[in-house]
Amino acid sequence: MDNEALKIQLTELLPSVTFEEGGEWLNVNVDPNDWKPFAVKLKASAELYFDYLFCLTCVDWKTHLTMVYHLSSTKHRHTIVVKCKLDRTTPVVETVCDIWRTAEFHEREVFEMFGVEFKNHPDLRKLILPADWVGFPLRKDYEDPINMIKL
Amino acid sequence: MYHINELLNSDNTLKPSFVAMKESDDYTINIGPQHPATHGVLHLVITLNGETIKKVDPDLGFIHRSIEKMCESLSYRQYIYVTSRMDYLSSHINNHACALLVEKALQVEVPERAQYIRVIMDELTRIASHLLWWGAMAMDMGAFTPYFYAFRERELLTEIMEDTCGARLTMNYMVPGGVMHDPHETFVHRVSKEFLPLLKSKLHEYEELVTGNIIFQNRVNGVGLLTYEDAISYGCSGPTARASGVHCDIRKLYPYDVYNKVQFEEVIETAGDSMARYMVRMNEIKQSISIIEQLINNIPEGDFQAKTKAVLKLPKGEFYQRVETARGELGVFVVSEGGTTPYRIKFRSPGFSNLSCLDHITKGSKIGDLVASMGTLDLVIPDIDR
Repeated sequence: MDNEALKIQLTELLPSVTFEEGGEWLNVNVDPNDWKPFAVKLKASAELYFDYLFCLTCVDWKTHLTMVYHLSSTKHRHTIVVKCKLDRTTPVVETVCDIWRTAEFHEREVFEMFGVEFKNHPDLRKLILPADWVGFPLRKDYEDPINMIKL
Repeated sequence: MYHINELLNSDNTLKPSFVAMKESDDYTINIGPQHPATHGVLHLVITLNGETIKKVDPDLGFIHRSIEKMCESLSYRQYIYVTSRMDYLSSHINNHACALLVEKALQVEVPERAQYIRVIMDELTRIASHLLWWGAMAMDMGAFTPYFYAFRERELLTEIMEDTCGARLTMNYMVPGGVMHDPHETFVHRVSKEFLPLLKSKLHEYEELVTGNIIFQNRVNGVGLLTYEDAISYGCSGPTARASGVHCDIRKLYPYDVYNKVQFEEVIETAGDSMARYMVRMNEIKQSISIIEQLINNIPEGDFQAKTKAVLKLPKGEFYQRVETARGELGVFVVSEGGTTPYRIKFRSPGFSNLSCLDHITKGSKIGDLVASMGTLDLVIPDIDR
Protein backbone atom coordinates (compact mmCIF):
# COMPACT_ATOMS: atom_id res chain seq x y z
CA MET A 1 0.00 0.00 0.00
CA ASP A 2 1.43 3.41 -0.88
CA ASN A 3 1.35 6.49 1.33
CA GLU A 4 -1.84 7.97 -0.16
CA ALA A 5 -3.79 4.74 0.32
CA LEU A 6 -2.39 4.40 3.83
CA LYS A 7 -3.52 7.93 4.67
CA ILE A 8 -7.10 7.16 3.63
CA GLN A 9 -7.15 3.93 5.62
CA LEU A 10 -5.63 5.50 8.72
CA THR A 11 -7.95 8.51 8.66
CA GLU A 12 -10.88 6.11 8.54
CA LEU A 13 -9.65 4.42 11.71
CA LEU A 14 -9.02 7.69 13.56
CA PRO A 15 -10.11 11.01 12.02
CA SER A 16 -7.89 13.11 14.31
CA VAL A 17 -4.55 11.77 13.00
CA THR A 18 -2.19 14.14 11.21
CA PHE A 19 0.48 13.17 8.72
CA GLU A 20 4.01 14.27 7.95
CA GLU A 21 5.87 13.26 4.83
CA GLY A 22 9.35 13.84 3.56
CA GLY A 23 11.18 11.08 5.40
CA GLU A 24 11.54 7.52 4.24
CA TRP A 25 8.17 6.49 5.66
CA LEU A 26 4.84 8.10 6.43
CA ASN A 27 4.80 9.75 9.86
CA VAL A 28 1.54 9.57 11.78
CA ASN A 29 0.93 11.87 14.74
CA VAL A 30 -1.49 10.52 17.32
CA ASP A 31 -2.79 11.97 20.56
CA PRO A 32 -1.57 9.77 23.48
CA ASN A 33 -5.15 9.28 24.68
CA ASP A 34 -6.19 7.86 21.30
CA TRP A 35 -3.09 5.73 20.84
CA LYS A 36 -4.14 2.45 22.47
CA PRO A 37 -7.49 1.95 20.67
CA PHE A 38 -5.82 3.08 17.44
CA ALA A 39 -3.01 0.56 17.95
CA VAL A 40 -5.51 -2.27 18.46
CA LYS A 41 -7.13 -1.39 15.14
CA LEU A 42 -3.78 -1.17 13.33
CA LYS A 43 -3.07 -4.79 14.17
CA ALA A 44 -6.66 -6.04 13.71
CA SER A 45 -7.36 -4.39 10.35
CA ALA A 46 -6.94 -6.89 7.52
CA GLU A 47 -5.90 -4.24 4.97
CA LEU A 48 -3.29 -2.63 7.22
CA TYR A 49 -2.24 -5.56 9.46
CA PHE A 50 0.69 -3.92 11.21
CA ASP A 51 1.99 -6.98 13.07
CA TYR A 52 5.68 -6.17 13.39
CA LEU A 53 6.83 -3.44 15.81
CA PHE A 54 10.49 -3.29 14.97
CA CYS A 55 11.58 -0.20 16.85
CA LEU A 56 10.16 1.57 19.88
CA THR A 57 11.93 4.54 21.34
CA CYS A 58 11.57 8.02 22.75
CA VAL A 59 13.10 11.39 21.88
CA ASP A 60 13.57 14.21 24.39
CA TRP A 61 12.83 17.54 22.71
CA LYS A 62 13.51 19.55 25.93
CA THR A 63 9.94 20.97 25.89
CA HIS A 64 8.22 17.62 25.46
CA LEU A 65 8.92 13.93 24.87
CA THR A 66 7.95 12.08 21.72
CA MET A 67 7.31 8.35 21.62
CA VAL A 68 8.30 6.85 18.27
CA TYR A 69 6.88 3.53 17.10
CA HIS A 70 8.13 1.97 13.86
CA LEU A 71 5.48 -0.40 12.58
CA SER A 72 5.53 -2.64 9.61
CA SER A 73 3.44 -5.42 8.13
CA THR A 74 5.01 -8.78 7.33
CA LYS A 75 2.10 -9.50 4.96
CA HIS A 76 1.75 -6.26 2.99
CA ARG A 77 5.29 -4.92 3.55
CA HIS A 78 4.29 -1.33 4.28
CA THR A 79 5.75 0.73 7.09
CA ILE A 80 4.61 3.71 9.14
CA VAL A 81 6.12 5.69 11.99
CA VAL A 82 3.65 6.59 14.74
CA LYS A 83 4.50 9.48 17.05
CA CYS A 84 2.90 10.46 20.35
CA LYS A 85 3.71 13.78 21.93
CA LEU A 86 3.94 13.50 25.72
CA ASP A 87 4.07 16.04 28.51
CA ARG A 88 7.60 16.23 29.94
CA THR A 89 6.75 16.50 33.65
CA THR A 90 4.24 13.64 33.82
CA PRO A 91 4.68 11.51 30.70
CA VAL A 92 2.04 8.80 30.66
CA VAL A 93 0.97 6.61 27.77
CA GLU A 94 -0.90 3.34 27.53
CA THR A 95 1.22 0.22 27.01
CA VAL A 96 1.03 -1.71 23.73
CA CYS A 97 2.79 -4.84 24.97
CA ASP A 98 -0.41 -6.89 24.80
CA ILE A 99 -0.58 -6.16 21.06
CA TRP A 100 3.11 -6.48 20.20
CA ARG A 101 4.94 -8.53 22.83
CA THR A 102 8.31 -7.02 21.96
CA ALA A 103 7.08 -3.75 23.47
CA GLU A 104 7.38 -5.20 26.97
CA PHE A 105 11.18 -4.93 27.08
CA HIS A 106 11.39 -1.83 24.93
CA GLU A 107 8.90 0.00 27.17
CA ARG A 108 10.83 -0.99 30.26
CA GLU A 109 13.93 0.52 28.68
CA VAL A 110 12.13 3.77 27.81
CA PHE A 111 10.64 3.83 31.33
CA GLU A 112 14.05 3.83 33.02
CA MET A 113 15.87 5.99 30.46
CA PHE A 114 13.20 8.67 29.93
CA GLY A 115 10.80 8.24 32.85
CA VAL A 116 7.76 7.55 30.71
CA GLU A 117 5.08 5.65 32.61
CA PHE A 118 3.29 2.95 30.65
CA LYS A 119 -0.20 2.41 32.00
CA ASN A 120 -1.26 -1.25 32.44
CA HIS A 121 2.22 -2.58 31.71
CA PRO A 122 2.40 -5.98 33.47
CA ASP A 123 5.93 -5.64 34.82
CA LEU A 124 7.19 -2.07 34.74
CA ARG A 125 10.56 -2.37 36.49
CA LYS A 126 14.00 -1.13 35.64
CA LEU A 127 15.65 -3.44 33.12
CA ILE A 128 19.17 -2.23 32.40
CA LEU A 129 19.86 0.23 35.22
CA PRO A 130 20.19 -0.84 38.87
CA ALA A 131 16.91 -0.61 40.76
CA ASP A 132 18.11 2.29 42.95
CA TRP A 133 19.26 4.51 40.08
CA VAL A 134 18.08 8.11 40.32
CA GLY A 135 17.26 10.16 37.24
CA PHE A 136 16.63 9.43 33.59
CA PRO A 137 19.98 9.17 31.75
CA LEU A 138 18.84 9.67 28.17
CA ARG A 139 17.05 12.92 28.91
CA LYS A 140 18.90 15.97 27.67
CA ASP A 141 19.16 17.67 31.07
CA TYR A 142 20.57 14.63 32.87
CA GLU A 143 23.70 15.37 34.90
CA ASP A 144 25.94 12.84 36.59
CA PRO A 145 29.07 14.39 38.09
CA ILE A 146 30.80 11.04 38.68
CA ASN A 147 30.10 8.73 35.77
CA MET A 148 29.50 11.13 32.90
CA ILE A 149 32.35 12.08 30.61
CA LYS A 150 31.62 15.20 28.61
CA LEU A 151 33.29 15.62 25.26
CA MET B 1 17.27 -3.03 46.26
CA TYR B 2 13.89 -1.45 45.57
CA HIS B 3 12.76 1.77 47.10
CA ILE B 4 9.64 1.22 49.16
CA ASN B 5 7.63 3.66 47.01
CA GLU B 6 8.40 1.58 43.96
CA LEU B 7 6.90 -1.53 45.56
CA LEU B 8 3.72 -0.14 47.09
CA ASN B 9 0.52 1.38 45.84
CA SER B 10 -0.87 4.46 47.59
CA ASP B 11 -3.04 2.21 49.80
CA ASN B 12 0.04 0.25 50.98
CA THR B 13 -0.73 -2.87 48.95
CA LEU B 14 1.98 -4.45 46.82
CA LYS B 15 2.00 -3.41 43.18
CA PRO B 16 0.85 -6.28 40.96
CA SER B 17 4.13 -6.49 39.06
CA PHE B 18 5.98 -7.43 42.23
CA VAL B 19 3.38 -9.93 43.36
CA ALA B 20 3.57 -11.78 40.07
CA MET B 21 7.32 -12.09 40.31
CA LYS B 22 7.44 -14.53 43.18
CA GLU B 23 5.22 -16.68 45.29
CA SER B 24 6.14 -17.84 48.77
CA ASP B 25 6.93 -21.48 47.91
CA ASP B 26 8.77 -20.68 44.68
CA TYR B 27 12.30 -21.85 44.33
CA THR B 28 14.56 -19.31 42.67
CA ILE B 29 17.99 -19.86 41.20
CA ASN B 30 20.37 -17.47 39.55
CA ILE B 31 22.36 -18.10 36.39
CA GLY B 32 25.11 -15.56 35.95
CA PRO B 33 26.20 -12.81 35.77
CA GLN B 34 29.33 -14.96 35.52
CA HIS B 35 28.37 -18.22 33.91
CA PRO B 36 29.91 -19.99 30.91
CA ALA B 37 26.56 -20.72 29.26
CA THR B 38 25.53 -17.06 29.06
CA HIS B 39 28.64 -16.08 27.05
CA GLY B 40 28.98 -12.80 28.84
CA VAL B 41 27.52 -11.00 31.77
CA LEU B 42 23.86 -11.91 31.60
CA HIS B 43 22.01 -12.55 34.84
CA LEU B 44 18.93 -14.76 34.68
CA VAL B 45 16.66 -15.10 37.71
CA ILE B 46 14.81 -18.36 37.19
CA THR B 47 11.74 -19.34 39.17
CA LEU B 48 11.26 -23.08 39.39
CA ASN B 49 8.61 -25.55 40.35
CA GLY B 50 10.64 -28.70 40.90
CA GLU B 51 12.63 -28.87 37.69
CA THR B 52 10.04 -27.03 35.60
CA ILE B 53 10.64 -23.41 34.71
CA LYS B 54 7.90 -21.00 35.78
CA LYS B 55 9.56 -17.74 34.85
CA VAL B 56 12.86 -16.51 33.44
CA ASP B 57 13.59 -12.94 34.37
CA PRO B 58 16.65 -11.47 32.63
CA ASP B 59 18.54 -8.87 34.63
CA LEU B 60 20.56 -6.78 32.21
CA GLY B 61 23.00 -3.93 32.36
CA PHE B 62 26.24 -5.47 33.57
CA ILE B 63 27.98 -4.33 30.41
CA HIS B 64 25.80 -1.31 29.68
CA ARG B 65 27.94 1.55 28.37
CA SER B 66 25.12 3.81 27.21
CA ILE B 67 26.36 3.85 23.64
CA GLU B 68 23.29 5.83 22.62
CA LYS B 69 24.13 8.68 24.98
CA MET B 70 27.79 8.51 24.01
CA CYS B 71 26.95 8.84 20.32
CA GLU B 72 25.11 12.10 21.00
CA SER B 73 28.49 13.77 21.46
CA LEU B 74 30.35 11.93 18.70
CA SER B 75 30.58 13.06 15.09
CA TYR B 76 29.25 11.03 12.18
CA ARG B 77 32.76 9.76 11.48
CA GLN B 78 33.42 8.78 15.09
CA TYR B 79 30.19 7.05 16.04
CA ILE B 80 30.91 4.13 13.71
CA TYR B 81 33.77 2.94 15.91
CA VAL B 82 31.62 2.62 19.00
CA THR B 83 29.24 0.29 17.22
CA SER B 84 31.95 -2.34 16.75
CA ARG B 85 31.65 -2.84 20.48
CA MET B 86 27.95 -3.65 20.41
CA ASP B 87 27.69 -6.99 18.66
CA TYR B 88 31.42 -7.63 18.53
CA LEU B 89 30.98 -10.77 16.41
CA SER B 90 29.27 -8.77 13.64
CA SER B 91 31.39 -5.66 13.93
CA HIS B 92 31.78 -5.19 10.16
CA ILE B 93 28.03 -5.35 9.70
CA ASN B 94 27.37 -2.86 12.50
CA ASN B 95 29.84 -0.47 10.88
CA HIS B 96 28.11 -1.06 7.57
CA ALA B 97 24.75 0.04 8.96
CA CYS B 98 26.20 3.30 10.28
CA ALA B 99 28.07 4.02 7.04
CA LEU B 100 24.95 3.32 4.97
CA LEU B 101 22.89 5.67 7.12
CA VAL B 102 25.27 8.58 6.57
CA GLU B 103 25.46 7.82 2.85
CA LYS B 104 21.68 7.69 2.58
CA ALA B 105 21.26 10.99 4.39
CA LEU B 106 23.95 12.76 2.36
CA GLN B 107 23.15 10.91 -0.90
CA VAL B 108 26.70 9.74 -1.41
CA GLU B 109 27.31 7.38 -4.32
CA VAL B 110 29.56 4.58 -3.10
CA PRO B 111 32.07 3.22 -5.68
CA GLU B 112 31.27 -0.28 -6.84
CA ARG B 113 34.63 -1.59 -5.68
CA ALA B 114 33.84 -0.51 -2.12
CA GLN B 115 30.39 -2.11 -2.30
CA TYR B 116 31.90 -5.45 -3.34
CA ILE B 117 34.52 -5.34 -0.60
CA ARG B 118 31.91 -4.46 2.01
CA VAL B 119 29.61 -7.32 1.10
CA ILE B 120 32.49 -9.81 1.05
CA MET B 121 33.57 -8.55 4.48
CA ASP B 122 30.00 -8.82 5.78
CA GLU B 123 29.70 -12.40 4.68
CA LEU B 124 33.11 -13.35 6.06
CA THR B 125 31.99 -11.86 9.36
CA ARG B 126 28.77 -13.83 9.21
CA ILE B 127 30.70 -17.07 8.68
CA ALA B 128 33.07 -16.23 11.55
CA SER B 129 30.14 -15.45 13.82
CA HIS B 130 28.23 -18.60 12.95
CA LEU B 131 31.35 -20.71 13.40
CA LEU B 132 31.93 -19.29 16.86
CA TRP B 133 28.26 -19.78 17.71
CA TRP B 134 28.40 -23.38 16.54
CA GLY B 135 31.40 -24.21 18.71
CA ALA B 136 30.13 -22.35 21.74
CA MET B 137 26.64 -23.81 21.52
CA ALA B 138 27.98 -27.34 21.28
CA MET B 139 30.15 -26.62 24.31
CA ASP B 140 27.07 -25.50 26.26
CA MET B 141 25.53 -28.87 25.49
CA GLY B 142 28.55 -30.66 26.88
CA ALA B 143 30.52 -31.37 23.70
CA PHE B 144 33.94 -29.81 23.96
CA THR B 145 35.58 -30.89 20.67
CA PRO B 146 33.44 -28.76 18.28
CA TYR B 147 34.80 -25.61 19.89
CA PHE B 148 38.31 -26.46 18.69
CA TYR B 149 37.08 -27.52 15.26
CA ALA B 150 35.29 -24.21 14.80
CA PHE B 151 38.21 -22.14 16.01
CA ARG B 152 40.58 -23.98 13.70
CA GLU B 153 38.79 -22.55 10.64
CA ARG B 154 37.94 -19.26 12.27
CA GLU B 155 41.60 -18.62 13.02
CA LEU B 156 42.42 -18.35 9.31
CA LEU B 157 39.53 -15.94 8.90
CA THR B 158 40.72 -13.68 11.69
CA GLU B 159 44.19 -13.68 10.17
CA ILE B 160 42.74 -12.52 6.85
CA MET B 161 40.87 -9.78 8.72
CA GLU B 162 44.02 -8.80 10.57
CA ASP B 163 45.94 -8.38 7.31
CA THR B 164 43.36 -6.02 5.87
CA CYS B 165 41.80 -4.25 8.85
CA GLY B 166 44.56 -4.46 11.42
CA ALA B 167 42.25 -5.99 13.99
CA ARG B 168 40.87 -9.41 14.68
CA LEU B 169 37.56 -8.53 16.32
CA THR B 170 36.65 -4.83 16.27
CA MET B 171 37.52 -4.09 12.66
CA ASN B 172 36.41 -0.46 12.14
CA TYR B 173 37.09 -0.86 8.43
CA MET B 174 34.05 0.83 6.93
CA VAL B 175 33.75 4.58 6.69
CA PRO B 176 31.04 6.81 5.20
CA GLY B 177 31.59 6.64 1.44
CA GLY B 178 33.35 3.28 1.23
CA VAL B 179 36.06 1.46 3.09
CA MET B 180 39.08 2.88 4.87
CA HIS B 181 41.73 1.53 2.49
CA ASP B 182 42.21 -1.13 -0.15
CA PRO B 183 42.26 -4.71 1.06
CA HIS B 184 45.63 -6.32 1.61
CA GLU B 185 47.26 -7.52 -1.63
CA THR B 186 46.91 -11.17 -0.59
CA PHE B 187 43.24 -10.75 0.38
CA VAL B 188 41.66 -12.21 -2.77
CA HIS B 189 44.10 -15.09 -2.91
CA ARG B 190 43.73 -15.99 0.76
CA VAL B 191 39.95 -15.89 0.71
CA SER B 192 39.37 -17.72 -2.57
CA LYS B 193 42.31 -20.13 -2.57
CA GLU B 194 42.91 -20.76 1.12
CA PHE B 195 39.88 -20.04 3.29
CA LEU B 196 36.93 -21.11 1.14
CA PRO B 197 38.43 -24.48 0.05
CA LEU B 198 39.43 -25.18 3.66
CA LEU B 199 35.97 -24.38 5.04
CA LYS B 200 34.21 -26.37 2.33
CA SER B 201 36.37 -29.39 3.02
CA LYS B 202 35.59 -29.21 6.74
CA LEU B 203 31.83 -28.57 6.68
CA HIS B 204 31.03 -32.27 6.49
CA GLU B 205 32.94 -32.77 9.74
CA TYR B 206 30.58 -30.39 11.51
CA GLU B 207 27.61 -32.34 10.29
CA GLU B 208 29.03 -35.69 11.24
CA LEU B 209 30.20 -34.46 14.62
CA VAL B 210 27.15 -32.54 15.81
CA THR B 211 24.23 -32.34 13.38
CA GLY B 212 23.84 -36.08 12.99
CA ASN B 213 24.72 -36.85 16.60
CA ILE B 214 21.84 -38.63 18.29
CA ILE B 215 22.61 -37.19 21.74
CA PHE B 216 22.59 -33.68 20.32
CA GLN B 217 19.38 -34.27 18.37
CA ASN B 218 17.61 -35.55 21.46
CA ARG B 219 18.54 -32.39 23.30
CA VAL B 220 17.34 -29.92 20.66
CA ASN B 221 14.42 -31.52 18.83
CA GLY B 222 11.17 -29.90 19.94
CA VAL B 223 12.93 -27.78 22.59
CA GLY B 224 12.25 -24.05 22.88
CA LEU B 225 9.33 -23.88 20.49
CA LEU B 226 8.67 -20.46 18.96
CA THR B 227 5.63 -20.19 16.69
CA TYR B 228 5.37 -18.01 13.58
CA GLU B 229 3.01 -15.50 15.23
CA ASP B 230 5.08 -15.28 18.41
CA ALA B 231 8.29 -14.75 16.46
CA ILE B 232 6.77 -11.69 14.78
CA SER B 233 5.06 -10.44 17.92
CA TYR B 234 8.28 -10.63 19.96
CA GLY B 235 10.12 -8.73 17.23
CA CYS B 236 12.49 -11.62 16.59
CA SER B 237 14.63 -11.39 13.49
CA GLY B 238 17.50 -13.15 11.81
CA PRO B 239 18.00 -16.91 12.07
CA THR B 240 15.80 -17.04 15.19
CA ALA B 241 12.74 -15.82 13.28
CA ARG B 242 13.60 -17.59 10.04
CA ALA B 243 13.57 -20.90 11.93
CA SER B 244 9.90 -20.18 12.64
CA GLY B 245 9.11 -19.57 8.98
CA VAL B 246 9.22 -15.76 8.98
CA HIS B 247 10.62 -14.17 5.82
CA CYS B 248 12.73 -11.45 7.38
CA ASP B 249 16.12 -11.42 5.65
CA ILE B 250 16.94 -7.73 5.16
CA ARG B 251 19.39 -8.67 2.42
CA LYS B 252 16.45 -9.99 0.39
CA LEU B 253 13.68 -7.61 1.46
CA TYR B 254 15.57 -4.30 1.43
CA PRO B 255 18.83 -5.03 -0.40
CA TYR B 256 21.76 -2.71 0.19
CA ASP B 257 25.04 -2.37 -1.72
CA VAL B 258 25.45 -5.31 -4.13
CA TYR B 259 23.15 -7.80 -2.42
CA ASN B 260 20.66 -7.43 -5.29
CA LYS B 261 23.32 -8.59 -7.76
CA VAL B 262 24.16 -11.89 -6.09
CA GLN B 263 22.19 -15.11 -6.10
CA PHE B 264 21.45 -16.62 -2.72
CA GLU B 265 18.60 -18.29 -0.92
CA GLU B 266 16.88 -17.05 2.19
CA VAL B 267 17.19 -20.03 4.53
CA ILE B 268 13.81 -20.81 6.04
CA GLU B 269 12.80 -23.59 8.43
CA THR B 270 9.29 -24.03 9.77
CA ALA B 271 9.64 -26.18 12.87
CA GLY B 272 10.53 -23.26 15.17
CA ASP B 273 12.45 -25.36 17.68
CA SER B 274 16.13 -25.31 18.64
CA MET B 275 17.00 -27.79 15.90
CA ALA B 276 15.43 -25.52 13.27
CA ARG B 277 17.44 -22.55 14.54
CA TYR B 278 20.55 -24.70 14.39
CA MET B 279 19.84 -25.80 10.82
CA VAL B 280 19.18 -22.22 9.63
CA ARG B 281 22.61 -21.10 10.79
CA MET B 282 24.39 -24.13 9.36
CA ASN B 283 22.76 -23.56 5.97
CA GLU B 284 23.47 -19.83 6.12
CA ILE B 285 27.17 -20.62 6.25
CA LYS B 286 26.78 -22.37 2.88
CA GLN B 287 24.85 -19.41 1.44
CA SER B 288 27.54 -17.02 2.63
CA ILE B 289 30.20 -19.14 0.95
CA SER B 290 28.21 -18.96 -2.27
CA ILE B 291 27.88 -15.15 -2.04
CA ILE B 292 31.61 -14.72 -1.49
CA GLU B 293 32.43 -17.04 -4.40
CA GLN B 294 30.29 -14.95 -6.72
CA LEU B 295 32.04 -11.73 -5.73
CA ILE B 296 35.61 -12.47 -4.75
CA ASN B 297 37.10 -12.84 -8.25
CA ASN B 298 35.02 -10.06 -9.78
CA ILE B 299 35.94 -7.08 -7.57
CA PRO B 300 35.97 -4.18 -10.03
CA GLU B 301 38.89 -1.78 -10.29
CA GLY B 302 38.40 1.79 -9.13
CA ASP B 303 38.20 3.87 -6.00
CA PHE B 304 37.60 2.26 -2.66
CA GLN B 305 36.11 5.41 -1.17
CA ALA B 306 33.88 8.21 -2.41
CA LYS B 307 35.00 11.77 -1.78
CA THR B 308 33.21 13.19 1.22
CA LYS B 309 33.63 16.37 3.21
CA ALA B 310 35.99 16.28 6.18
CA VAL B 311 33.20 17.34 8.54
CA LEU B 312 29.92 15.58 7.89
CA LYS B 313 26.67 17.39 8.60
CA LEU B 314 23.44 15.48 8.21
CA PRO B 315 20.38 17.43 7.07
CA LYS B 316 17.61 18.02 9.59
CA GLY B 317 15.30 15.05 9.82
CA GLU B 318 15.01 11.43 10.84
CA PHE B 319 16.86 8.56 9.23
CA TYR B 320 16.58 4.83 9.68
CA GLN B 321 18.85 2.21 8.22
CA ARG B 322 18.67 -1.53 8.73
CA VAL B 323 21.04 -4.32 7.86
CA GLU B 324 21.11 -8.06 8.44
CA THR B 325 23.73 -8.91 11.04
CA ALA B 326 24.59 -12.47 11.99
CA ARG B 327 21.90 -12.23 14.67
CA GLY B 328 19.16 -10.42 12.82
CA GLU B 329 17.94 -6.99 11.99
CA LEU B 330 20.07 -4.12 13.27
CA GLY B 331 18.32 -0.78 12.94
CA VAL B 332 20.01 2.58 13.38
CA PHE B 333 17.59 5.42 14.02
CA VAL B 334 19.10 8.90 13.92
CA VAL B 335 17.31 12.16 14.71
CA SER B 336 19.35 14.99 13.25
CA GLU B 337 19.04 18.67 14.00
CA GLY B 338 21.34 19.57 11.12
CA GLY B 339 24.50 19.54 13.21
CA THR B 340 27.69 17.50 13.21
CA THR B 341 26.47 15.12 15.92
CA PRO B 342 23.22 13.16 16.18
CA TYR B 343 20.54 14.74 18.38
CA ARG B 344 19.28 11.31 19.37
CA ILE B 345 20.35 7.90 18.21
CA LYS B 346 18.72 4.56 18.84
CA PHE B 347 20.19 1.19 18.02
CA ARG B 348 17.51 -1.41 17.55
CA SER B 349 19.69 -4.38 18.32
CA PRO B 350 18.61 -7.87 17.26
CA GLY B 351 19.76 -9.51 20.51
CA PHE B 352 17.52 -7.33 22.68
CA SER B 353 14.37 -8.41 20.87
CA ASN B 354 15.47 -12.02 20.53
CA LEU B 355 16.14 -12.21 24.28
CA SER B 356 12.63 -10.99 25.08
CA CYS B 357 11.15 -14.28 23.82
CA LEU B 358 13.36 -16.39 26.14
CA ASP B 359 10.82 -16.39 28.98
CA HIS B 360 8.06 -17.39 26.57
CA ILE B 361 9.87 -20.29 24.88
CA THR B 362 11.24 -21.82 28.07
CA LYS B 363 8.12 -21.56 30.22
CA GLY B 364 6.99 -25.02 31.26
CA SER B 365 10.12 -26.80 30.06
CA LYS B 366 12.82 -28.39 32.19
CA ILE B 367 15.75 -26.40 33.50
CA GLY B 368 18.14 -28.58 31.49
CA ASP B 369 16.54 -27.40 28.26
CA LEU B 370 17.14 -23.75 29.06
CA VAL B 371 20.73 -23.92 27.85
CA ALA B 372 19.64 -25.48 24.54
CA SER B 373 17.07 -22.73 23.97
CA MET B 374 19.44 -19.98 25.01
CA GLY B 375 22.33 -21.39 23.00
CA THR B 376 20.36 -21.46 19.77
CA LEU B 377 19.08 -17.91 20.26
CA ASP B 378 22.73 -16.87 19.85
CA LEU B 379 22.78 -14.06 22.39
CA VAL B 380 25.66 -11.61 22.49
CA ILE B 381 25.39 -9.63 25.70
CA PRO B 382 27.05 -6.32 24.69
CA ASP B 383 24.56 -6.23 21.82
CA ILE B 384 21.66 -6.51 24.28
CA ASP B 385 22.94 -4.00 26.82
CA ARG B 386 24.52 -1.53 24.36
